[in-house]
Amino acid sequence: MNALYSLLFVFLLVLIPLFGVDAAHMRTFFGVCIPTTAFIIFLLGFVYKVITWGRSAVPFRIPTTGGQFKSFDPVLFPQNKLDCPQTGAQTFFRMVLEVFAFRSLFRNTAVSLHEGKDHPVVAYKSSKWLWLFAITFHYSFFIVALRHLRLFLEPIPFFVNGLEFVDGILQIGAPVMYLADVGLVAGVLLLLGRRLINSRINYISYASDFFPLFLILAVALSGIYMRYYAKVDVIAIKELTMGLVTFHYVVPETITVSFFVHVFLVSTLMVYFPFSKLMHFPGVFLSPTRNLPNDTRAKHHVNPWNDPKIKAHAYADYEKQFGVPMAEVGLPLDNPENGKAPEEEA
Amino acid sequence: MSDIPKADELFKSIDYNPPATGWMDTPVDFSPGNWCYPAKPEKMEYMESKLPGLWGPAREWNPGEADWKLPSNWKEIVVNGFRERLKKFRTLQVFMDICVRCGACADKCHFFIGSGDPKNMPVLRAELMRSVYRGEFTVAGKILSKLTGSRVMEEDVLKEWFIYFYQCTQCRRCSLYCPYGIDTAEMTMMARELMHLVGLNTNWIMEPVSNCNITGNHLGIQPHAFKDIVDFMVDDIEEVTGKRVKAPLNEKGHEILFITPSGDVFADPGIYTFMGYLMLFDEIGLDYTMSTYASEGGNFGSFTNNETMKKLNAKMYAEAERLGCKWILGGECGHMWRVVHQYMDTMTGDTQWSGMTTPKSPITGTVFETSAATKMLHITEFTADLMKHNKLKLDPSRNDHLRVTFHDSCNPARGMGLLDEPRYVIKNVCNNFFEMPVGTTREQTFCCAGGSGLNTDEIMEIRLRGGLPRGNALRYVQEKHGVNTMACICAIDRATLIPLADYWAPGVTITGTHELVANALIMEGESERTMDLRQEPLPGFEDAEDDWTPPNMEDA
Ligand code: SF4
Ligand code: SF4
Repeated sequence: MNALYSLLFVFLLVLIPLFGVDAAHMRTFFGVCIPTTAFIIFLLGFVYKVITWGRSAVPFRIPTTGGQFKSFDPVLFPQNKLDCPQTGAQTFFRMVLEVFAFRSLFRNTAVSLHEGKDHPVVAYKSSKWLWLFAITFHYSFFIVALRHLRLFLEPIPFFVNGLEFVDGILQIGAPVMYLADVGLVAGVLLLLGRRLINSRINYISYASDFFPLFLILAVALSGIYMRYYAKVDVIAIKELTMGLVTFHYVVPETITVSFFVHVFLVSTLMVYFPFSKLMHFPGVFLSPTRNLPNDTRAKHHVNPWNDPKIKAHAYADYEKQFGVPMAEVGLPLDNPENGKAPEEEA
Repeated sequence: MSDIPKADELFKSIDYNPPATGWMDTPVDFSPGNWCYPAKPEKMEYMESKLPGLWGPAREWNPGEADWKLPSNWKEIVVNGFRERLKKFRTLQVFMDICVRCGACADKCHFFIGSGDPKNMPVLRAELMRSVYRGEFTVAGKILSKLTGSRVMEEDVLKEWFIYFYQCTQCRRCSLYCPYGIDTAEMTMMARELMHLVGLNTNWIMEPVSNCNITGNHLGIQPHAFKDIVDFMVDDIEEVTGKRVKAPLNEKGHEILFITPSGDVFADPGIYTFMGYLMLFDEIGLDYTMSTYASEGGNFGSFTNNETMKKLNAKMYAEAERLGCKWILGGECGHMWRVVHQYMDTMTGDTQWSGMTTPKSPITGTVFETSAATKMLHITEFTADLMKHNKLKLDPSRNDHLRVTFHDSCNPARGMGLLDEPRYVIKNVCNNFFEMPVGTTREQTFCCAGGSGLNTDEIMEIRLRGGLPRGNALRYVQEKHGVNTMACICAIDRATLIPLADYWAPGVTITGTHELVANALIMEGESERTMDLRQEPLPGFEDAEDDWTPPNMEDA
């Protein structure tokens, strides 16, 4: 149901520019106003959210440790430097692997129950599907996004050209097919399929989990349509995009509606981004269980809101309360008075 | 325990297919057995007098009844408390925002594995909070409601929290697998802080908390009784070894303060571990004292809120100062060490007295830079160092009747990274050591299902369900290698693993690591050992049991 709503909603989103551009002749609106506004909302929303996170305190260091910590004897008990980092550099590498290789996800296992011979068996096997789907999706998305830089930069940086060359290296079709395009569509479909078919994942999925997938799929498909089928006027598009970044807005007449659909969907994605789970992208850098060294026993850290008024129950009170029986069994007392039974005082 | 199904019946009842109704529409089971008893009002009144404003109204109430007697402004309290904590804990703020519901954590929780209840998937457990976060604090959530998984705070929601945040042992296994390190244990802590504000709590946590504050230990053992118990153990040690060991209590002027969970003083088999400490310290002539005032390492405050955690923790440094100790040695305890390692210095470092120094073993001279800030050392680090320097005379064959495996407690494993030291110690004193299957040990270890205040009998079925993964791994090595003993370094484990093993792997005994050490320890001038600390015959002395004479009568 959630999936259906999301799909429907994305269809509606496609219809808006489809009719808007043709019927209402709002080319400047869809070509300039919408993407510019969307980009501003994206930027402000993104920054706002990250600042909100940053302003929230990190009172305690609570890294999840995934291996042996630094011990008194590094030879006898070798530290797992990546999963239980103790220095800034080690933590940095842990994060690099987390961000670029999805390392925690790589660990994933799947549990299953079996009837053993005479007792039940719980089995765990490595399950790297999610990792594979996710990494295909994210890297493809990343490459496709980078490739788009050619539209916004003049001269085109060498790495963008290089990337394009490698991405199209298989030389299939004309214009050459990009691997990242295939990867992106495949990645989205696999992630979607997983959400639809795996009953447990389906159970925890909201419309807000399906929607971004459908949206990104629509973005990718509209882009592919433009490039391979509609064969849009790239020169004209570059004129428009360069106009956007240099604030000299032009909307060339030769640009066809498929471009406006693509731009509208991308704009929606930008607006949606900061208010959704897509913020996991900056979030992964700020996760206190991963981005802190495990050194709390060795180094002092400050909790900004530590309350110095909270004190231990005073020993003096303890001795007052239990002094008599303590004295009876010969436990030493700070104040011998406490050891006297009340009747002796009299 | 009569109404608890047999192990194979329970196993067959597990179904991983989610119910037909969405999770927000699936009612929560409030039948007895699903929750722990609420705290007695007098305990709450006492805590309110010590840390005002954190506990809500003290009252008699029953989770099985409809009326939980919440304060009339309960919603305001919870929502405001939530808002406040979003600013105070980046974990909470970030983890509310970035979960993508990928489900990688879903089947990592032992409670889910053993129950199939979707709300025991860490992702849904945290969603119980996230849904409220979206509904109360985000614009998108306010507009789009259920479609995006948001809802406002209602009494039903709070009741659901009570059930499921007291069905999480804060073991952090889920966090290890989450691509963003989302730590549901941390969410559980936050949810519990919020529930405490309106007086939703459990007695098995609150009674220990209040006891720890008054008497220094969670069982409420008063100082004279504490001394009696220790004396009793000294007698038992003499019976086994022929030696009378020292057991200094509350003495000033010693170098080291030793603090262990009070579970070791009270309950079988913890007491044997405690005897192990005493024998070891006596043998190496350690200059130490224990304290009746700081007689609890386990910090039950960590199951309530950070203020209480801090208050209870502070007594460690307070006592070190009063007694003039230079550093603290800590016994085998799980959540004690999570607190010592991750929170102690940040919370109470400023109360450390100037005479404290980085722990240095007086026997080997090793300086433990790893604990330079807290001045507190884990006993397996200390003992491993002794063994490395050959400072102990050991006869591992005395443990030859034991085929041992090691259970990593969640807290030292995933909250600290203490994995190899205990293994090293055990391997030095046991000839037969076997690891449980990969994926169930070290950082991937499975919880005993009784941590974080769930070690109570009224929820035994939930504990046994949660114990399935650990129990099953144990059963595996029991069959494959004939394992008959599971060692651990946590007092809660020593208590909770017993029913777990009886249920899932009958025939396996639970032991502390220093019990094994003490059994193998050859003490200067000891009489021939014919029995272990449990006063059961050692291998080769089985028959001697019948015509055994106490050591002090041998000459007569
Ligand atoms: S693994 Fe992390 S991101 Fe994925 S569902 Fe669980 S908590 Fe959310
Ligand atoms: S912390 Fe442990 S008990 Fe709690 S949800 Fe995670 S895996 Fe389950």
